[in-house]
Amino acid sequence: MNVIIVLISISIIVAGGFLAAFLWAVRSGQYDDTYSPSVRMLFDEKKKKTKKNHPKG
Amino acid sequence: MVYEILNENDLCNYYDLQNSPGINLKNRNYEQKFAYLENKEIQNKLLNFSSKKLNKIVFSIPSIHCSSCIWLLEHLDRLREGIITSRVNFVRKEVSIDFNPEIVSLKTIVELLATIGYEPEINLQNASKSKSKKENRKLYLQIGVAGFAFGNIMMLSFPEYFGFEGLDDSVRMFITYINILLSLPVVFYSASGYFSSAYKGLQQKYINIDVPITIGVVALFVRSLYEILTQSGPGYLDSLAGLIFFLLIGKWFQSRTYESLSFERDYKSYFPLAVARVAENESEMVQITELNEGDIIEVRNQEIIPGDAELISDTASIDYSFVTGEAETIQKNQGDYIYAGGRQVGSTICLKIKKAVSQSYLTQLWNNEAFNEENTYDSLINQISKYFTLVILLIALISAGYWYFVEPSHILNSFTAVLIVACPCALSLATPFTLGNAMTILGSNKLYLKHINVLEKLWNITSIVFDKTGTLTKSEEAKLTFEGEELSSQEVSLIISLVAHSTHPLSRAIAKHYNDTAVFASVVNFKEIEGQGLSAIIEKSLVQLGSAKFIGAQVDESNSTDASRVYAKINEDIKGYFNIRSSYRSGLSALIQRLGNSYNLSVLSGDNASEEANLKPIFGQNSTFAFNQKPEQKLAYIADLQAKGEQVLMLGDGLNDAGALKKAEVGFAVTEDVTAFTPACDAIIYGKNLTELSRYLSFAKQSKKVILVSFAISFLYNFIGLSLAVTAQITPLFAAILMPLSSITVVAFATFAVRFLAYRHKLV
Repeated sequence: MNVIIVLISISIIVAGGFLAAFLWAVRSGQYDDTYSPSVRMLFDEKKKKTKKNHPKG
Repeated sequence: MVYEILNENDLCNYYDLQNSPGINLKNRNYEQKFAYLENKEIQNKLLNFSSKKLNKIVFSIPSIHCSSCIWLLEHLDRLREGIITSRVNFVRKEVSIDFNPEIVSLKTIVELLATIGYEPEINLQNASKSKSKKENRKLYLQIGVAGFAFGNIMMLSFPEYFGFEGLDDSVRMFITYINILLSLPVVFYSASGYFSSAYKGLQQKYINIDVPITIGVVALFVRSLYEILTQSGPGYLDSLAGLIFFLLIGKWFQSRTYESLSFERDYKSYFPLAVARVAENESEMVQITELNEGDIIEVRNQEIIPGDAELISDTASIDYSFVTGEAETIQKNQGDYIYAGGRQVGSTICLKIKKAVSQSYLTQLWNNEAFNEENTYDSLINQISKYFTLVILLIALISAGYWYFVEPSHILNSFTAVLIVACPCALSLATPFTLGNAMTILGSNKLYLKHINVLEKLWNITSIVFDKTGTLTKSEEAKLTFEGEELSSQEVSLIISLVAHSTHPLSRAIAKHYNDTAVFASVVNFKEIEGQGLSAIIEKSLVQLGSAKFIGAQVDESNSTDASRVYAKINEDIKGYFNIRSSYRSGLSALIQRLGNSYNLSVLSGDNASEEANLKPIFGQNSTFAFNQKPEQKLAYIADLQAKGEQVLMLGDGLNDAGALKKAEVGFAVTEDVTAFTPACDAIIYGKNLTELSRYLSFAKQSKKVILVSFAISFLYNFIGLSLAVTAQITPLFAAILMPLSSITVVAFATFAVRFLAYRHKLV
């Protein structure tokens, strides 16, 4: 078997993997809102409800 | 107060996140406003999902505007127990909330949202609009698949392009079969929209642009299959995938809209969902569609009156600003007939319904057939595509006929080559890219179009109709004149001293008019009778201001607008009255002059003709004015113009213009704030940008030229391709270069030409 056929097959499979990733991303709604995730990642995750003395409070 | 709530729950980070969060505190009087949310039927209509322990709902909140909003709204679970998660979609200005109905009620959540300044827009209309999201996703998927196939097929075709001889036949065959495999999802999934649209068009005996596209795609696919299976050539699958990829990008460009804006609102999205009906001294919440004639309803502060009704309580002050654009509240007394759509300001009132909701003065407008008419509008590209398709088929047949006599083996070759080369890819990209760019530019100038085809409709406008109140006038600023005998400065001071004690909008308007006049200190026995007037004894004179009835003046009923007239009486002398009317937008007369050269202008007003004298100098002699226009009359006026062959652009702001906005070829809703209510329309324009209207219109008209030149460019490419195709000289490489090249040229030209136009019109 010609080695080029193996190479082409592999490249198509790899590319197909990226296509699948893209399809998954669209289906899971990642392109529905392109703004809030960029902000959301900056929020602190504070699960504990500890009272903190705020200077303004 | 927001701070208090946040502080209690340790959410003070909110204030650190952004220094100017710009939250507005709305009044806290929500006790009864959302009572209808306890009605089970209404809940079921609003909830996306409901079970015993978990309910899901999506609220549309127009006031979401910054990153702090996202932060706050996504931490609702800390503000109220029972809220499980909340998630914001910033682009659509929506928040989806999951909550436990056993712990927290829907009403509590809405009240909480309203208290922190995010009052959701609740109506049954927006409960069912999530389907456009799905369509958008499908387009993304189609583009992804087409792009993937395009790239890979092209890469695999490189040996063919370069005439590379070193490949075995077995490898070559393998590559072409892979290409077929890759092209299958493109043809059957990505391009499926074009097939179905072409089919639908043909069913209605109508050739749209998707017909020649479909012909081209089918010709490409069939010929490629034939060549590959008979091993007579490599086929044109790369061109096929590229073609569909570019077409879909054009479609995506065309489908972009302002998702957070609503262009479809009718009275249902404005009226409340439910209202308190009083029966045997008990009040229950019922949906407004279930109200019958004779029902007694309670309308509380800030609530909308849902149907034409008779006032049972002593007095009411109704704010019709959403309906007419008029800012002043109107006083009504017991027994008065009150039209639906007004907002009660002040204490709770009782009303007796006289007409069902769908039959009332305002809402029956929506029964008009204008709201059921499908817009039969033929876009430029579809007008062309008819001739285009016929000409292409003709050329294909002629060349096939020619080869029949000269060299019969070329027949199929040249016939399919013509169809392939003529596929109107570049042609169909011209419109979306030109108008899509134009729409973006107008959007940055605060004119938000619903769809790019609104621009096409603007090309043919011959007549512009303005609503007066709220459109030509600015509702907040009033213009004041005094009619009657000249007031001495002493008398002016008396009046100003009186109004200084009142916070009524009319009093404030008068005070503002004379703002540099001295005020007397001794005001004795000051009385303000709501809805009627003021009186006090100042400097030993009895000063009275108010309605004609209040001061006992004889009123000439023929041209009276009581709401904006304030009579003045000093001792026993009626001095005259203040005429208070809204002021016209600055720059209006310049705008009218510019528009007047190319359009027929008219003004429709729900008010009486007293403004004509003020409108005449602005509009000149050639414009038409119509006063005392009811909503249906406005609609009929537009229909009349259309019957005369005019294409009408209507500008209005209130619900009473809704019929006219719908009937006109293009309806612009004028608003001071895009989050505020706007009736169904084709575009939303900011009030203060209205005076730029002439520039926007001329920009829109010029964009037609860009499209025509783009068409010429793509026809040129088609001509070159065709002249080669009929001589049966076309090769896969040539097709693979020509198609993307023509598309890219057209897209680049359209984009740059529109930007240049915008620069010339000073829009960027």
